[in-house]
Amino acid sequence: MSPLFYPEKDSWDWDPSSREISNIDQWKLDFNEVQEFVVSPDGQKVAAVVQNEDETFTPCINGETWENSFEKAWSLKFSPDGRLFCLGMNDDEWTIIEDDRPWEDSFEYVWNLKFSQNGKGAGANIRTSDGYGVLLNGEVWENKFVQMRSVELSPDGVSAAGNIQIEALSEGDVAKFRQGLWNIAVDGKPWDSNFLNVWDCSFSSDGGIVAAEVRLVSGRQTIAVDGKAWKNDYRAVWKPIFIPGSRDVVAPGLTTEGWKLLLNGEPLWNKSYNQIWRQTIGPDGRKLAAVVSPEFGQWTIAIDGISWAKTFGDVVLDPVFSSDGKRTAAGVKESGKWTVAVDGTPWPEKFGMVWDPVFSPDGKHVLAKAWRDDSYMLVVDGKITGPAYENLFDFVFSDDGTKLLIKCVENGLCFRKVIFSKDLT
Amino acid sequence: MYQFVSGPLVWIAFAVFVGGMVYQFVTMLRLAQKDKVIYPYMSLKYSLRSLFHWIIPFASRNMRARYEVTIVTFIFHICLVLLPIFLLAHVAMFAFAWGAKWCVMSAGAANYMTLAVILACVFFLLRRVMLPEVQFVTYVSDYVLLAIAFAPFVTGFAANRQWFDYETTIIIHMICGSLMLIVIPFTRLSHMLFFPFTRAYMGSEFGAVRNARDW
Amino acid sequence: MGLPAIPIVSDLGLDETAKALNTEQIATVVNRILDQETAARFKVYLNTCVHCGLCSDACHWFLSNDRDPRFSPVGKVKQTLWEIIRKKGHVSPEFMKDCSRIAHTECNVCRRCSMYCPFGIDIAYLLLVVRRICHELGMVPQFLQDTVNSHSVTMNQMWVKQDEWIDTLQWQEEEAKGEIKTSRIPLDKEGADVFYSVIAPEPKILAQLIGNIAQIMAVAKVDWTMPSLDGWDNSNMAMYSGDFEIMGRVERAHYESALKLKSRRIVMGECGHAFRGAAYDGPKWLGWREPPIPLIHAVDFYHELLTTGRIKIAKKFETPVTVQEPCNIVRGRGLGQKLREIISMVCEDFRLPEPGLEHNYCCGAGGGTINCGPPWKTSRVKGNRVKAEQLAATKAHIIITPCHNCHSGIEDIISGYKLGMHVKFFSEILMEVMEVPDELKC
Repeated sequence: MSPLFYPEKDSWDWDPSSREISNIDQWKLDFNEVQEFVVSPDGQKVAAVVQNEDETFTPCINGETWENSFEKAWSLKFSPDGRLFCLGMNDDEWTIIEDDRPWEDSFEYVWNLKFSQNGKGAGANIRTSDGYGVLLNGEVWENKFVQMRSVELSPDGVSAAGNIQIEALSEGDVAKFRQGLWNIAVDGKPWDSNFLNVWDCSFSSDGGIVAAEVRLVSGRQTIAVDGKAWKNDYRAVWKPIFIPGSRDVVAPGLTTEGWKLLLNGEPLWNKSYNQIWRQTIGPDGRKLAAVVSPEFGQWTIAIDGISWAKTFGDVVLDPVFSSDGKRTAAGVKESGKWTVAVDGTPWPEKFGMVWDPVFSPDGKHVLAKAWRDDSYMLVVDGKITGPAYENLFDFVFSDDGTKLLIKCVENGLCFRKVIFSKDLT
Repeated sequence: MYQFVSGPLVWIAFAVFVGGMVYQFVTMLRLAQKDKVIYPYMSLKYSLRSLFHWIIPFASRNMRARYEVTIVTFIFHICLVLLPIFLLAHVAMFAFAWGAKWCVMSAGAANYMTLAVILACVFFLLRRVMLPEVQFVTYVSDYVLLAIAFAPFVTGFAANRQWFDYETTIIIHMICGSLMLIVIPFTRLSHMLFFPFTRAYMGSEFGAVRNARDW
Repeated sequence: MGLPAIPIVSDLGLDETAKALNTEQIATVVNRILDQETAARFKVYLNTCVHCGLCSDACHWFLSNDRDPRFSPVGKVKQTLWEIIRKKGHVSPEFMKDCSRIAHTECNVCRRCSMYCPFGIDIAYLLLVVRRICHELGMVPQFLQDTVNSHSVTMNQMWVKQDEWIDTLQWQEEEAKGEIKTSRIPLDKEGADVFYSVIAPEPKILAQLIGNIAQIMAVAKVDWTMPSLDGWDNSNMAMYSGDFEIMGRVERAHYESALKLKSRRIVMGECGHAFRGAAYDGPKWLGWREPPIPLIHAVDFYHELLTTGRIKIAKKFETPVTVQEPCNIVRGRGLGQKLREIISMVCEDFRLPEPGLEHNYCCGAGGGTINCGPPWKTSRVKGNRVKAEQLAATKAHIIITPCHNCHSGIEDIISGYKLGMHVKFFSEILMEVMEVPDELKC
């Protein structure tokens, strides 16, 4: 539940109210099968893939099905700007369907449907008879590849990149594999050099540069930026990120002293850890937080190299910054119980599951969705607020922070509620 | 000569033994940190559970399957440890040097126990020579270590029986005993120190981490 | 000593690597690994072992090869590590080839020997150090290395492409719906109770097992999911080749996938080595003391479904059965008793193997050994005669093997020793005897 950028947020209905969107229990009577529910960013629509009488599948939105139906349909998602997408198949041809309109081209397979950060771009991996590629905003990459296993979209949604296999490999051919058959293609164009492996990649904030985790030879991994490997390499690395507005890349790397956070291949923090990952840039574009393990089996958050005093035994999830960057919070698990830790202090209340916390725009309050005893709940500053929900989707603050949009299911009814933030505490 | 081996040599041997053991112990603790998982995995309960099953004869499956080894090994180790501590002659020497005294075992018991150690050594030797799986992993050093363990007992026995010139035999005995003390920390005889720790770790990993039995 | 010659096996992964190596390179790697990657356990184990040979009787390779001392656990350490250390790493490429043969293909790292060593020395760990050295030198049997290459690219062990994976799940969902109409394989469902993960042979060659689980989940009304993207394969051959960096990456992908979907626990299919990788070796390398999300082996899960009555048995399975108790869940998790309980709950005639529980013999295929491929099959089958004798003595017709490696290994034993028995996963038996409410039937 990271605070997504919702481009249309200003135009949403922010009048305090509680409105029933749909009786979703009724759907279960109306259709053979009702799959998982998704809710639009503005909370006005609830949708799920359902099975019709004729055994075809189609999305149902607020009780109304699309006109198009499919032999198979899945990956139903609202884009951040509120369009509803799914992947559908008829006659062994798959395509992306956007708001009941199938995209023009169809493929042997489509998967990994993704949206860009600004909500404008939509893309997915595709397989055609010519090989693997990417479908981005309706356009198919001209180049096809032997295999492709990921797609990342640039923040503006106009570019896509992913790891590609450049030559076929017979099973068992360890000699050929050692030559390096993997690369990154950006908008269909591979980098100049290949690598033994290429894993996750990231775009710079302007979409102009791509950095990826690569393996040079067995036991030597590093980060490649636009195809050029860092001059240093490591036993292992994790996914790189760009510092916004720059060419600078930050990634964790495993050195002989332990895991270190690296900036362009040089140690950034003067410390090594038992593990470091999930590095996150603060809203000012400078502050850097990461999940670190100072000792085996102990986890915490470090901000600019300074760790929280409190550590957690099981898990610490992605650090989340307040909008002024002064506070951090994260989902944590200790002794099998989940909760949220804010600035190093865990909430006393424990849960069966928590979602990433969200700061109120003024940074004073921390909210999180949690699950316990078969129901979902909204937790504000560690206190359960409001009823136990059958389901709770993401919640969104208005830009001025005075109101909160909650999307939830109670007694089989899907609700959209806008409440005053001050009523939360 | 007698003065030297019964005085300074013994003290040197004890000092090396104690110092060596402390050194090995501290080294182990330090290295255990580098291993990362050792301290987090260690559990007192499961360490004791494991030790319990391996210091009681026949409490583990392999001890039952190899009963002859179990019997000999237990007798050997018990005698090996108790004899030097409670032998009248040893206690008397400590009493003479320190004025400290503790209980002693009867001459008869000492006699039989020494004989047991000697026979156990012969058993271990035969086992090493005759069993292919033991022979295969035997180095010269294994015979040397066995001889080092054997020597103080056979020489002590010979001295007691006065088979040879007593003074010569007893000097050899004391040299052998000192040698054994000196080499324990720096050879595989250090299993004397490591046994509880290797068992404790394996017991903890089996019990606390993997929820299984290790015997 | 008059021991028979070890048959020479040609393996590209070893033969070609040996040609390209020299003693100096080997010494550099050995000393780096021993200095940087080993510590108290390694040193204390080496100093404590009194060369007593008492571990020998634990090893199925030793027992099956007529007590040939080269196959005893300590014998394997002697032929590898002791020599490497004695020569300070200055050993020949041919010697390292033998090390790989011994450590990768003639030891299943099943850890039975550590239950026989009076000191509790983890001999399998010592052989894993040998494997680590071999890996760093590129000295890994070809087929095992190919599996690791697959892990490195796809995060699964059989080169399954992403589209093939999803397509298979959708196909198996359809198949399952044909039997039980509420069957589903919910993809990427957030907040499910169970994240179900499998090993790659399931989508690749045993897809019906996925269809089976879809039906079992439907009958038991389990809130579950499977991921559409990488992280669905819980297996890990990199752990066994000695490539710990790839092992860590694969394990992280598995757990990140479940963490991202906010699943409350991971239930994994019937596989033993995968449990070990996901429960211990992987988390340990990554820094987790315990798996970040509870990891439940299929045996544990079926025990829960059966004892809570979520699955009921219509009629017990009548054919005489016995069990292959997988090392990694029995010695590795103490699930032996639960395994016996669930078999007793579904089978009329259950014949216990002897020895059993923690003392059960390894299938001979685990520890990455079967993944060393066809060149090594003959020695692998020869090295587990005791397993054939143990199974034959039960006079059962079916061997239940809740582990993929055991499954394939035991099939090889059955055909190698002409036992005339059959191997089944527990879920296959469960499918035959499970009570399906009428309203769920098609």
